[in-house]
Amino acid sequence: MSLISIAWKSIRQRGLASALTALSVALGVMMMVVVLVISGAVDAAFNQRTIAYDLIVGHQRGGELALVLSAVYRVQPASENLPYLYYLQLREDRRVVSAVPLAFGDVTQEGHFPLVGTTDEYFRNDYTPGRKFRIRGKRMSHHFDAIIGAEVARRNNWDIGSQFTIVHGGADGTHVHDEKFTVVAVMERTGTPNDRTVFVNIEGFYAIAGHETPLNEVEQRLKNFYASDPERLKTALAQIAAAREQEAAEAAHDHHHHHAIPDAAKEVTAILIRTRPDALFDPINLSAELREGYQAMAVNPMKPIRQIMNQLVGSVKQGLMVLTAMIILVSGVSIFVSIYNSMSDRRREIGIMRALGARRTSVFGIILMESVVLCVGGGLLGWLAGHGLAVAAAPYVTARTGLLLDPWTVDTLEFVLFPVLLLLASAVGFLPAMTAYRTDVADALSG
Amino acid sequence: MSLLLENVRRAYRNPDGTVLPVLNIERYELGQGEQAALVGASGGGKTTLLNVVSGILTPHSGRVIVSGTDISRLPEVVRDRFRAEKIGFVFQTFNLLPGLTALENVLLGMTFSRSRPDRAFAESLLERVGLKDRRHHRPGRLSVGEQQRVSVARALANRPALLLADEPTANVDPANQDLILHLIRDTCREHQVTLLMVTHAMEVAEQFERVDRLQDFNHPQIASEATA
Repeated sequence: MSLISIAWKSIRQRGLASALTALSVALGVMMMVVVLVISGAVDAAFNQRTIAYDLIVGHQRGGELALVLSAVYRVQPASENLPYLYYLQLREDRRVVSAVPLAFGDVTQEGHFPLVGTTDEYFRNDYTPGRKFRIRGKRMSHHFDAIIGAEVARRNNWDIGSQFTIVHGGADGTHVHDEKFTVVAVMERTGTPNDRTVFVNIEGFYAIAGHETPLNEVEQRLKNFYASDPERLKTALAQIAAAREQEAAEAAHDHHHHHAIPDAAKEVTAILIRTRPDALFDPINLSAELREGYQAMAVNPMKPIRQIMNQLVGSVKQGLMVLTAMIILVSGVSIFVSIYNSMSDRRREIGIMRALGARRTSVFGIILMESVVLCVGGGLLGWLAGHGLAVAAAPYVTARTGLLLDPWTVDTLEFVLFPVLLLLASAVGFLPAMTAYRTDVADALSG
Repeated sequence: MSLLLENVRRAYRNPDGTVLPVLNIERYELGQGEQAALVGASGGGKTTLLNVVSGILTPHSGRVIVSGTDISRLPEVVRDRFRAEKIGFVFQTFNLLPGLTALENVLLGMTFSRSRPDRAFAESLLERVGLKDRRHHRPGRLSVGEQQRVSVARALANRPALLLADEPTANVDPANQDLILHLIRDTCREHQVTLLMVTHAMEVAEQFERVDRLQDFNHPQIASEATA
């Protein structure tokens, strides 16, 4: 019989106590693995969602983080909008390969999913490098056509042909718009905030009654925005003046028919920009120019995302890791208590083995192996249980949060886990093993 | 010569610091394959003598020669290995490991020597002591007599040169006493093993051709006087 099989049989002899101590280690490790899998998925999601565009352009008022949270994650409304004319201007910039306008502020009445007005270009672009939207249905051709995310379709039980209304100004808004939108296409799941978004034709967004800003206010905003570009301001104000005249004429004739909104009166919340792939400095140059010339700013999405990761998710992850590390440590102590308490009962067994010729180092090794088997065995069980749990929970988590869990992704910390468990086992097993080492054989046999 | 003790002295220190001499043996010997019963009163030093002979304890002076090796001169690690390979033990309280089956307990007797555990030999020993069918039972499921038979098989598992038995029948019911005693003696004879059995029961000792009284050759009080 080998020493390890003696250790194993001794563990089995104290079945319940051994199982409970191994279980406590397993639970600690399982929690750690789950935390790592989830944080890995969050990390990947945060990285993945930001790299399809090089810059996000928004108004200078409101911070970079707020811009990314609203434009990419749609969790926070933007504080101020940009002129639509500015989007048209950026689209013409030779450094810009693609510019996509985003306008939002409303939510669906059912489910309170954010509404985003955009153009078809948004769906033609990759949502993450190499990954294109897969959409079932047709493109938005009418003002009140909508393309919905997979999660919206699932939760609201909507499909192509479904009609819905929207609520003005966020989930707590009470004003329900009269316009009815029709679902013309449903996106396949992307594992991004797109899944929880309702996209509408940006022209339809402007056509919603109450979305037009009073012309006086628009005029003031244009003056502020184009303060350093009088030529463009002049063109813009001319459009506003024309619109004002038309309004006055309609008022005189008591006509209330629908008319096209001039571009100068339209606004966008953010503009997603793709620069030329071979011009590495384009995003940097463009970003610098935007800050100086107008009341706009361009953000590299990676920077605030890293900030969120580090400040928010990072510290939560860190806290959970400390918690699970403490659980594992406490489990280690329970292994120590279990083995150490058994030592008085096992003194005689150690004496017998020594009488049969076992060396001090052999009995030391047997006790240490017990600690290692409990600790590492428990850890292995916990590792499998953690990944097993991730496998079982992955569809549910994806459905609920949109996070794409990869249950068998192994974090680098997991490679460190087992050497750490081995060290822990050696540390907690050392004292009982030394007790075995020092056992007086004659005394143990006579006792 | 299988066992020779020469001028062996061993004492214990009492908690109050005084010295209690237990062994003072000028000479004691056993020939190869010989079987002897050593009779002595309780507390007379019988177990200490077995511990000294097996190398569990070292004498404070003198020589303990087993199969030509003076084990009292060996470092502990070598003594342990010597015990694992040359000495078998049958204890009064059987001392089987409760977590191991009968067969595993016998295999344990081979575990600490250099030779590979011989499962077939362990099974043949269990068959010899009449426990072939119970080899996979743990001690808790064996009767007292069966447990002692397992411990006899274990004592022979390492093919020892010397078997030490410490009151092997003391905890066994009268019906099993003769059985155990014959089993030990017969198997030792079959395997050419020298047997030294200590007992306080004269009726057990009288079954041996050679009966030695510990008090006849152990004179700890003389050592005590010399020390004083």
